[in-house]
Amino acid sequence: MSDLHLLTLKEAIEQAKKGGAADLVTALKNRAQKLNPSVNAFIGLENTSPIGAAASGALAGVPIAVKDNICVEGQETTCASKILKGHVPPYDAHVIQKLKNAGASIYGRCNMDEFAFGSSCETSTYGPSKNPWNLDCVPGGSSGGSAAAVAADMAYAALGSDTGGSIRQPAALCGLVGLKPTYGRVSRNGLIAFGSSFDQIGPITKTVEDSAILLNVLAGHDAMDSTSANVPVPDYTKNLNTSIKGLKIGLPKEFFPKDSAGGMDKDVEKSVREAVEVLKGLGAEIKEISLPHVQYSVEVYYIVAVAEASSNLGRFDGVRYGARAAAKDLNEVYFASRSAGFGQEAKRRILLGTFVLSAGYYEAYYLKGQKVRTLIRNDFDHAFKEVDVILSPTSPCAAFKIGEKSSDPLAMYLSDIYTIPANLAGIPALSVPCGFTGAGLPIGLQLMGRAFEEETILRMAHQYEQKTQFYKKKPAL
Amino acid sequence: MTQTKYEPVIGLEVHVQLGTKSKLFCACPTDFGSEPNANTCPVCLGMPGSLPVLNAEALELGMRAGLALDCEINARLKFDRKNYFYPDLPKAYQISQYDMPIDKNGHLIVEVKDKEGKWIEKRIGITRAHLEEDAGKLLHEGIVDGTLVDYNRGGIPLLEIVSEPDIRSAEEAYAYLTALKAVLQYAGVSDCDMEMGKLRCDANVSVRPVGQEKFGTRTETKNLNSFRAVQKAIDYEIARQIQVIEDGGVVEQQTRLWNEAKGETALMRSKEDAHDYRYFPEPDLVPFTIAREKVEAVRKTLPELPRARAKRFVEKLGLPRADAHVLVEDQVLAAFFETTIAEGASAKLAANWLLNDLLGTLNEQKIKIEDSPISPKALAGLIQLIDNSTINGKIAKDVLPLMLSENKSADQIVKEKGLAQVQDTGLIEQIADKVIAANPKSVEDFKAGKKQALGFLVGQVMKESQGKANPKMINEILTKKLS
Repeated sequence: MSDLHLLTLKEAIEQAKKGGAADLVTALKNRAQKLNPSVNAFIGLENTSPIGAAASGALAGVPIAVKDNICVEGQETTCASKILKGHVPPYDAHVIQKLKNAGASIYGRCNMDEFAFGSSCETSTYGPSKNPWNLDCVPGGSSGGSAAAVAADMAYAALGSDTGGSIRQPAALCGLVGLKPTYGRVSRNGLIAFGSSFDQIGPITKTVEDSAILLNVLAGHDAMDSTSANVPVPDYTKNLNTSIKGLKIGLPKEFFPKDSAGGMDKDVEKSVREAVEVLKGLGAEIKEISLPHVQYSVEVYYIVAVAEASSNLGRFDGVRYGARAAAKDLNEVYFASRSAGFGQEAKRRILLGTFVLSAGYYEAYYLKGQKVRTLIRNDFDHAFKEVDVILSPTSPCAAFKIGEKSSDPLAMYLSDIYTIPANLAGIPALSVPCGFTGAGLPIGLQLMGRAFEEETILRMAHQYEQKTQFYKKKPAL
Repeated sequence: MTQTKYEPVIGLEVHVQLGTKSKLFCACPTDFGSEPNANTCPVCLGMPGSLPVLNAEALELGMRAGLALDCEINARLKFDRKNYFYPDLPKAYQISQYDMPIDKNGHLIVEVKDKEGKWIEKRIGITRAHLEEDAGKLLHEGIVDGTLVDYNRGGIPLLEIVSEPDIRSAEEAYAYLTALKAVLQYAGVSDCDMEMGKLRCDANVSVRPVGQEKFGTRTETKNLNSFRAVQKAIDYEIARQIQVIEDGGVVEQQTRLWNEAKGETALMRSKEDAHDYRYFPEPDLVPFTIAREKVEAVRKTLPELPRARAKRFVEKLGLPRADAHVLVEDQVLAAFFETTIAEGASAKLAANWLLNDLLGTLNEQKIKIEDSPISPKALAGLIQLIDNSTINGKIAKDVLPLMLSENKSADQIVKEKGLAQVQDTGLIEQIADKVIAANPKSVEDFKAGKKQALGFLVGQVMKESQGKANPKMINEILTKKLS
């Protein structure tokens, strides 16, 4: 079979069961050999771990690609940063253990924005990843390499991490399904931290069902992560086809102003409005709701998340791992190693975060930010008393040109305007393809659910996807 | 004297390593003296992606310390990050507790001597005590090029106990530390071994003119490796600050380092160089509530604490306050004492013999009380021989070292060496007659009203009996014969 790379994760699992596991890896590697030089989704493919460790597991023999900020024992993991080049973790992240226990092989290190700081995958020290739908465009970020790899059929599924939209936005820009689980649903142990109170690992897949299959493996309590929730894990694939008739969908009026497209592009608005009609046709009820504080999300996020990031990145000081610059004394080790090791965006966020935590500014910024975060959380709690799912576009625009926003951080930060609220509230959110722009670029629809109700958004997304079949369209590569 | 014009104000910050088996946020052992970096893992090395998990035993010991120091236990437990760069701190932040310490508003009553040498009780407030992780250790010695880091100590649980500025002298500081150490040992919080660095102290010192309410500017002195060093450094700082003021200068807020060899403190950093630690809540540890029932359950497991024990020794056993004070400070010593009386010794004699004689004998041979070859039972055996007049105190003092060198009971030694007291009235009368005949001058003096002459005669009878005659009987017989 020459088109094994086109399989969905579900189909790949079947193929492996039939004894074709080795063919799967070969197919993907051949595909990557051909395409990765132009897409730059993978930083390295040399890291494929042996398959067949758990022949009977849910993912037996299936290769899964992993973002470069998730630790794999014995394999270089760098967060696409110069400062971590050569860093080889001495342990597996909890999700990697889970994948291995399920029989998966860890295949390919996916490119990303440096330390997950970005929405375009342009800040990687390994150079930008390209969008398979248009190689002049960004794949989104920060899990841009993960999304580009899956969209280009160089991987069946990939792990990403999402702090402010880093799974959902690249999934939307690459025509894929990206799920950010509830905060605490998936262990963060072994995920190199950006914003510890926001970060979640989740799947980027070709279909919603694939997302559910992978979440089944990833989800669950981990005693080694104190923020991991001890909540039972259902079989997320079980109710995908249960009718969504009667489920209530909220449209926040702050995202859908009556007389304009709000902050979103016309094409995006059109697709999302059409999606609402499709969902109505599937039996869902539509309701206008209000999230009054959600307009402050981006500001709050860029205070609290960067504060955590500035502290989390302190350990990259040239003393123990990664690159150390030549220096005369201790202070110079710090200054020289960090100056040489971090890219511009990392430096910007470290400075911002350090500033908002500084004596005299803490109350005005960090503390105030946390208070507004609570208000936003309350907005969602309140809204979810009336509706089951909240709907929005995933990104205000489709994929933009490489370099288009990289000199305008504020424009870049606004790419995450619809995704950040779910991270602030800790709720699950998913992006599913909902059409294409006039230029043929994919558009994503975001569904947000109540905490630990991934089942509901997966179910709704699955039925929407099966009705619309956007996932069947492939980029011309 | 300028000293009397000023009053020192002192507060102490004490760090104790909690006696847990594993570290505060990982399962690594807390053993002292392991190979460098043997007791480490991704968590305590701050490897990227690793996360902390709170040690329940450390939490309980933190509570025990708080309860033993009459603190309120915070119902809500929260940790914060203290951010700074140093190679011994692998994450570039220390997980600590900033604004919600586990323990707060406690106090310690210490016994100090006032100006007239009288024992008085003094209440030293405990502002707070909070949990935090220890840092690693930099190794410079014997390394030609650069510095090495040993992270074995990194992540070991510490309790930082901050006193109110209630201390007014170096002696009070010493008494506070001694009492604090005893309480923590009793409560099973820490063995407080200073040589292993398990108890460390920083001293905040300021002076103000007597009668002034406002505090003077304080300095913080670090690197105090013994209670004596604390005492000396405080005295040095008080004198230095007074001198600065007397010379027309102004005391500056500084962190200073004690130099034990030179016996002085020196500037480490001034206020301008103080760190901005950028504290914020640790997002990797979720705040949680400690159930009241849990606190009460822990409280029930606290043993009798030193002060209550001292009070019991004075009130129930009739010990002098000074003896009780010394005994209870050392848990092992106090237990030795209690076992000795349980083995049948009278309390006062037991305290006397333990504090004055046994400790002295052991000290000469550099043996610690916990390793004493003479058991409480053996000491009780000796004391019982005194109590029932088999031997007198003077003989007993000779018996004690023999018990140690010959590893025999007091009874055995007395029997073998024939040291039992002469209780034979006839024999003592015989010697008394001989002494009276030989010392007519003393007899005359006594009869003339010089009471001390009797003492001399008693001594002579004792001497003739080779120290074995019962002193009480000598007294009675002589008095009768001379009247």
